[in-house]
Amino acid sequence: MAGVGGSSLLEVRDLSVRFRTRDGVVQAVSNLSFTLERGETLGVVGESGSGKSVTSLAIMGLLNRNFADITGEILFEGRDLLKLSPAELRKVRGKDVSMIFQDPFACLHPMYRVGSQIAEAVRAHSDVSKSVAQARAVELLDAVGIPNAAVRARDYPHQFSGGMRQRAMIAMALVHNPAVLIADEPTTALDVTVQAQIVELIDKVKRDFNVGVMLITHDLGVVAETASHVLVMYGGRAMEYGPSYEIFHAAQHPYAWGLLESMPRVDRKLDVLIPIEGSPPSLLNPPPGCPFNPRCKYRFDACDKQSPKLVQLPGGHLDSCFLSTERKQAEWRDKVSEEISQ
Amino acid sequence: MLLYLARRLLWTILVVLVVMFVTFLVFFKLPNGDPALRFAGKSPTTASLAEIHKRLHLDKPFYVEYGYFVKNFAVGDDQGWPGLGYSYGNYVSVRSEILERAPRTLFLVAGAATLWLIFGVAIGVLSAVKRRTWIDRVAMGFALFGISAPVFWLGLMSLFVVWKKLGLTGGSGYVPLSDGIGAWFSHMILPWTVLALLYIAIYARLTRNNLLETLGEDYIRTARAKGLSERTVIFKHGLRASLSPIATIFGLDIALLVGGAIITESVFNIQGLGWLAFNGAITQDLPSVLGVVICTATAVAVMNLVVDVVYAFLDPRVRYA
Ligand SMILES: Nc1ncnc2c1ncn2[C@@H]1O[C@H](COP(=O)(O)OP(=O)(O)OP(=O)(O)O)[C@@H](O)[C@H]1O
Ligand code: SF4
Ligand SMILES: [Mg+2]
Repeated sequence: MAGVGGSSLLEVRDLSVRFRTRDGVVQAVSNLSFTLERGETLGVVGESGSGKSVTSLAIMGLLNRNFADITGEILFEGRDLLKLSPAELRKVRGKDVSMIFQDPFACLHPMYRVGSQIAEAVRAHSDVSKSVAQARAVELLDAVGIPNAAVRARDYPHQFSGGMRQRAMIAMALVHNPAVLIADEPTTALDVTVQAQIVELIDKVKRDFNVGVMLITHDLGVVAETASHVLVMYGGRAMEYGPSYEIFHAAQHPYAWGLLESMPRVDRKLDVLIPIEGSPPSLLNPPPGCPFNPRCKYRFDACDKQSPKLVQLPGGHLDSCFLSTERKQAEWRDKVSEEISQ
Repeated sequence: MLLYLARRLLWTILVVLVVMFVTFLVFFKLPNGDPALRFAGKSPTTASLAEIHKRLHLDKPFYVEYGYFVKNFAVGDDQGWPGLGYSYGNYVSVRSEILERAPRTLFLVAGAATLWLIFGVAIGVLSAVKRRTWIDRVAMGFALFGISAPVFWLGLMSLFVVWKKLGLTGGSGYVPLSDGIGAWFSHMILPWTVLALLYIAIYARLTRNNLLETLGEDYIRTARAKGLSERTVIFKHGLRASLSPIATIFGLDIALLVGGAIITESVFNIQGLGWLAFNGAITQDLPSVLGVVICTATAVAVMNLVVDVVYAFLDPRVRYA
């Protein structure tokens, strides 16, 4: 998995993020590790509040360090982004690592033209004239599939549809051919018909520009289609992490099983969709033990005392659960995989 | 855009007409007694009263009278535009009274408005950017003081200290520009500052809160994600979006002060429009009061229009609606 010079494109090591709030410390992300290479998509899944957005904002350096304690390492081509000064970080942000967000309606400035907002991103990292930047903006709008881009670049965001705005956001993220593209639920706010197009566009961008994509989504179908690796998060921790094929064909963690069982499929009617019972854990002063234990069918004594570490499994992926490998494989074979394919 | 402007202009005219109608009723039709009596001097004769009735169109139905009233205002009477009739008190035309008083008030309001816009917004931005630091606390403490300190107290205190004790500025009273810009300025600086102080406080708070709210928006996160400098993020992206509501109330505040800077005007003895209205009220000189009311109302309506136009330029969503 190692890239040029031995270092990965993006390697997150032991990342923890704590927010100091009035009510106490929110442990939003705990000891998270993963890597991302060029041309790969890492699908990040997990329920609401599992720390997916916080992780991506930490990578982008967009968390206010006055309120957020961040520990661990975020190595971009071997350089720890957490150790950079604000000015150095600003040079990485939007240039080597860029991000698109969930709500394209709120993410573009309502008072500036779409084209000039993209041109501004061009000029943030390269010393070119306004007209050159504008030309680059039009070129990118065209590349992401905005028809009549030269004219539409002069529109304001409210004149764009949701899908077009997300395309514009993608164009903005691509101006400097970034190495990493983080997409935080890029389709959640869009019409179902547009969702597939945006997913396809991101996948195309990955291939054409050879970027590493971190795709955060609730849609396991999209992950199955596009991701090479999957990270399953729960309560700010990695529950299971590994190659996509492994996760979808030999999931090992009870939470991942729950997610897979709740996955809607074409051949399964919506009313048989089984959500995981219970609600996500409070991240305010979390108790010791496996974060999933209040909702876990397989919970036993060990689960309450300490939280399981991520361990390497024979299949080449990692999970964190105290159940024995034999037990998990048996469960998966006999029950879960059957239920999923029903 | 043009259609929008035309619609807003029509609306403005309608508002002015309605305001004029209501004030006309309240000032001329509700008070008991014959208004002509007030013009006719100590010993009115039937002939002179009839003459005055005719001149003021009091012999016609009231809607015709209102028609003349509007017509005079719109196209002017024998004294020129805008025709506002004669004062009861000294028989001079209200128009000439207002034209004499208006520059004082306009200079007062314009100078104060410039001060409060610059300092209010600057303090607000500083407070927002340095939020939860001592700078923010000092600024907001000052704002609280500015909002709660009574204008007449501030005015008298500043006159006493700055003029009487320190002799740094001119005293109360108004010195026209024609007597030299230095004397004019030295007499205006205290009223400007005192009148502006309250508004600086209000605008500082407003700017701070608007800017803080805007800085929490998703598009600000986008701006940071692009790798823009913090200065560009705050001034170009944040301030731009928080200024529109400030532009709105700025226009209205100015317009309202045209007839409403009474306290400042009287503390500093400036004798502007506020003084004219106040004086008219206590001497029951209804035409003078009415003149000021209508001028103020028109100023408010026109400023409303200006604000809408400015707003449309600031915010493309309005422009294309
Ligand atoms: N600035 C902050 N201050 C305090 N707590 C925060 C802050 N930002 C996020 N959190 C908390 O961190 C936790 C993780 O939030 P995060 O937004 O990463 O979840 P998520 O996995 O992205 O969920 P979703 O699927 O709803 O987007 C939540 O409990 C949230 O309340
Ligand atoms: S560690 Fe225990 S509680 Fe946690 S997932 Fe495994 S079995 Fe369930
Ligand atoms: Mg999120």
